[in-house]
Amino acid sequence: MKSMINAKQLTHEFFRRDEEGNVEGISVALDHVDLDVAPGAFIAILGHNGSGKSTLAKHINALLTPSEGTLLVDGMDVSDPERTLSIRESAGMVFQNPDNQIIATVVEEDVGFGPENMGIPTDEIWQRVESALKGVGMWKYREHSPNRLSGGQKQRVAIAGVMAMEPKCIILDEPTAMLDPGGRAEVLQVAHELNRKKGITIILITHYMEEVVDADYVYVMEKGHIIMDGTPREIFSRVDDLIAHRLTVPQITLLAHRLKAAGLDIPEGILTREELIKALCP
Amino acid sequence: MFREITLGQYYPADSVLHRLDPRVKLFATLIYIIVLFIAEKPIPFLVITAALIAVIVMSKVPFSYMVRGLRGIVMLLVIAGVFNLFMTPGIVVYKIGPFEISDIGLKNAIIMVVRMVYLIIGTSLMTLTTTPNQLTDGLERSLRPLSRLGAPVHEISMMMSIALRFIPILVEETDKIMKAQMARGADFESGGLITRAKAMVPILVPLFVSAFRRASDLAMAMEARCYHGGEGRTKMKPLTYKASDRVAYVLIMAFLVAVAVLSLI
Repeated sequence: MKSMINAKQLTHEFFRRDEEGNVEGISVALDHVDLDVAPGAFIAILGHNGSGKSTLAKHINALLTPSEGTLLVDGMDVSDPERTLSIRESAGMVFQNPDNQIIATVVEEDVGFGPENMGIPTDEIWQRVESALKGVGMWKYREHSPNRLSGGQKQRVAIAGVMAMEPKCIILDEPTAMLDPGGRAEVLQVAHELNRKKGITIILITHYMEEVVDADYVYVMEKGHIIMDGTPREIFSRVDDLIAHRLTVPQITLLAHRLKAAGLDIPEGILTREELIKALCP
Repeated sequence: MFREITLGQYYPADSVLHRLDPRVKLFATLIYIIVLFIAEKPIPFLVITAALIAVIVMSKVPFSYMVRGLRGIVMLLVIAGVFNLFMTPGIVVYKIGPFEISDIGLKNAIIMVVRMVYLIIGTSLMTLTTTPNQLTDGLERSLRPLSRLGAPVHEISMMMSIALRFIPILVEETDKIMKAQMARGADFESGGLITRAKAMVPILVPLFVSAFRRASDLAMAMEARCYHGGEGRTKMKPLTYKASDRVAYVLIMAFLVAVAVLSLI
């Protein structure tokens, strides 16, 4: 099967310059990363600040181009400037700060911004805006000003703005970092629904461990490398490795791990409270 | 302290004026300003007054909203009136001590004050009945011919609408920065004008830094959504003229001709 996103030896270097513009040093944000995402998958990329995960996200949207290696998005090379717009049409991106990505002063106009740029006829823009806003549950707010919405609602509008472009893949770059717990749950639920109902490939970038539990596959990044990859259960079976990399493990998983270490006979990689209850009282 | 500032003082209502195409309203405002400066005699001013009253009634906007705009220019009105009244040479009709009022001075002062008051009321009628978005859309469409001469019309209107979106956000941010600095002992309330202006500098610096950061984020978000300038862009809400808009154009032209003719007789 053709892959949605395929990275081979993807490398990106940032040049640090002094005041005269001479190169002072090079920092490697992505160091020979290999990645393969199948269409329709829900992928999570985990990592600390500065691990290179946002740099990776920006490559998938052709906002950055690789210094070395190749990255194919839906079969298109991100280094090819003629393909930039088609890549952005098939891989939409939602950013961290909900305020800084809403362009218009009315919700529905913001959702229509992407399709307007793509040159979609007016009637179809309205159809797309309606279905995108209904898809994220924000249809009744269509005439509101984005300034009056909560963080979670703004982020859902931003997702609708990407949805209206009808992409095959959506990259969410720390979409919940600036939200309260309620807003985080809203956004994650919408992302999972789009993945299940419309078969859109989702790439969720985050540093919250709990958010990756429901993903199909998880990549863990550190200092520009992928240091672990596997299903959430595989990743969370390696509690000691995660702790060694200063990554916090979900509380339930940690509790199960400690219980096992204390001698209880339960499996590794328990992700939810229900699983732990089942393991403890069979 | 910044909370009360509302840019684009739109008054939501359902009136003929609200439903008019923004291009018609922009054109009408332009003609209205021209007409105000053509008119010099009482009869044309009567026509303008009648038209203004008719439009105010049609707009369904409370009259107090239009007067509100006058508050800011009261000083200007007084100064312009007084200077015209006393400084114009001519036949003296009245004397107060060393000050003389001439017939031309009296006439000029009245015309000047009436013009300014009408100007403010007329233009605020436009902003009260048109949303900022419609206004930028209308401007973009009306100025489109200029883009053939290389003027960045689309870019300017995009900048205006983004500015409108970010004003409340930056106002909120200013508030936040002020509170953060007040918590650390900054004083914005006491002292003279210069001391207070100086106290604003530590607010402006972080505000600018954050505005630039926001601008850079926003530019990236726009690019990510395929923004590549005005070329090949379609409109979600294209402007189309309705029958009422055509009628309005005819009325505006009739108004212009009427005032021009009456001024010449």
